Amino acid sequence: MSAEKTENLSWIDKRFPLSETWRNHLSEYYAPKNLNFWSFFGSLAILTLVIQIVTGVWLAMSYKPDATLAFASVEYIMRDVDWGWIIRYMHSTGASMFFIVIYLHMFRGLLWGSYRKPRELLWMIGVVIYLVMMATAFFGYLLPWGQMSYWGAQVIVNLFAAVPVVGEDLSVWVRGDYVISDATLNRFFAFHFLLPFLLAGLVFLHIVALHHVGSNNPDGIEIKDGPKGNRWSDKAPADGIPFHPYYTVKDLMGVVVFLAIFSYIMFFNPTMGGLFLEAPNFQPANPMLTPPHIAPVWYFTPFYAMLRAVPPMYGSQFPGVVVMFAAILILFVLPWLDRSPVKSMRYKGPIFKWATGIFAVSFVALAWLGIQPASDLYTLLSQIFTVLYFAYFLLMPIYSSLDKTKPVPERVTS
Amino acid sequence: MRKLILATLLLLAPTALLAFSGGPHLEPANIDLRDQTSLQRGAKYFMNYCNGCHSLQYMRYNRLAKDLGIDEIALRQNLLFGDAKPGDLITKSMADNDALKWFGVVPPDLTLVTRWRSPDWVYTYLKSFYLDDTRPYGVNNVLFPLVGMPHVLGDLQGRQQAVMEPSHEPGGAPIIAGVKLVEEGGLSPQEYDTMVRDITNFLTYVGEPFQLERQRLGRYVLLFLGFLFILAYLLKKEFWKDVH
Repeated sequence: MSAEKTENLSWIDKRFPLSETWRNHLSEYYAPKNLNFWSFFGSLAILTLVIQIVTGVWLAMSYKPDATLAFASVEYIMRDVDWGWIIRYMHSTGASMFFIVIYLHMFRGLLWGSYRKPRELLWMIGVVIYLVMMATAFFGYLLPWGQMSYWGAQVIVNLFAAVPVVGEDLSVWVRGDYVISDATLNRFFAFHFLLPFLLAGLVFLHIVALHHVGSNNPDGIEIKDGPKGNRWSDKAPADGIPFHPYYTVKDLMGVVVFLAIFSYIMFFNPTMGGLFLEAPNFQPANPMLTPPHIAPVWYFTPFYAMLRAVPPMYGSQFPGVVVMFAAILILFVLPWLDRSPVKSMRYKGPIFKWATGIFAVSFVALAWLGIQPASDLYTLLSQIFTVLYFAYFLLMPIYSSLDKTKPVPERVTS
Repeated sequence: MRKLILATLLLLAPTALLAFSGGPHLEPANIDLRDQTSLQRGAKYFMNYCNGCHSLQYMRYNRLAKDLGIDEIALRQNLLFGDAKPGDLITKSMADNDALKWFGVVPPDLTLVTRWRSPDWVYTYLKSFYLDDTRPYGVNNVLFPLVGMPHVLGDLQGRQQAVMEPSHEPGGAPIIAGVKLVEEGGLSPQEYDTMVRDITNFLTYVGEPFQLERQRLGRYVLLFLGFLFILAYLLKKEFWKDVH
């Protein structure tokens, strides 16, 4: 570095911890050297959030949050705005890809036991991120003002109406009207624009927490507790390598593969056969015409299937709503449900492995069932998988302490 | 690498779900968006037979002309009616109030019809009108029961009759098994199929005018990313040489 540059940098460093931040969080942040495929999804989630914010801001430049203009403005973006179709397909593909990435990121947390001490708060901030993400997606889905936007929002807002006593007032308060209307569209647009910035803030907290406790790894071993001293520092964990450049170049590889899959969908199958962009949403919202089959977008369908699986009690859907929200909120207490002496799936016993496998299958099955029109068989299956989903968490204190674990090695394995 | 393949498969799996979707049997439209003459014929048919009642209100005349290789003179002479200008959106001439009076319904805008119905649906629909005395215009449609639309192309296709078969459930009303031509029209069945295919092709183009451009660009993007992957892979390998 030239003398002049060093001088400039030290001028900044005296006023803002630029070099220090770079060192603490990148060049001298020591991540375990054995991170594998599953660790790509953290950085990919940040990338997707950035894609969504940037494309979203550009869409907002031509989008009209007005019930009479919204649908046409989306088609205007697709046809008349230069590169508008790319921006719009990036945003619509990005929404689904964001959820795929986050679901895989969360599943990685389950596999590595990343919710366990000392990462409970890190995990809980993550669950909050997931909740805010779902809210953002829900608000955003109304904006194209197609049939599915309209009726999907109608169904979901009606869930609030199922709350005893205050339900009706609550749902009117959410909509700002007795039905989904222009008022609803305006406020949903406002929230859809706001929440991603809240998300960015939460992601910052997520990373602050992560860098405080250190990254987990496939072995679930704390490298901070292991021997000290590596090529870069005497005090750093022996099994740690600097995040930059090692994981920046590795994640770059993951980013390119991810972008290739993303681009393939965006350029060759942007509707993903009706899953990422649902066919009825190419029809403008019509409050007088209910579509024959209403299903939320695929990333909400596991919870929608649970909602439909619970039979109404005293003519109220409320129990289903409770179950649906409980399915997400239960994630908050997961750190205290797992009593296994080991963290990672690698060293957990057969019961835990089977339980996690059944849980993953149940989640995917519920997602599929939530897309299908209701039938007796599907309702029964949804009920079975809902029970299995909850059993994974509720029975965890029992089976995790019964399970026969394998010995955990002293050092990370490569 | 194995996991990468697995992840890719997981990402693409949702498409397989669609194989389960049911509904009435649709004839494959076998359209070809690269066939410009078919698209031009489709545009002509649409403007002559459909545009009176159905708009393409998100599509502009000049965009269509540019994409379909129609020069401005030909556009003005053949496709622009009334005081329409090349930069205008393709609206319809019929007023909504009249439509309600005449058909009981406002004919839908068709810009995106192939996107929410599918090209095969449009193709099959245009071939599925049959004689039905109980309907105001004497026709009904297998795909769209109680449709308000008259069979505008009836003189070209001829008249079709429904072929009934007994219900699969005991005591049920007979169901329509198909249609058969009972009175010839101005076109042979093959000519009519071609015409309907041209209209479907045109409407599919209108639903997503940039579809070919999208795929063309996509190939370059994937090619670039493939090349970038090689670089990223080599970079990673180089940096990770000393990690054991």
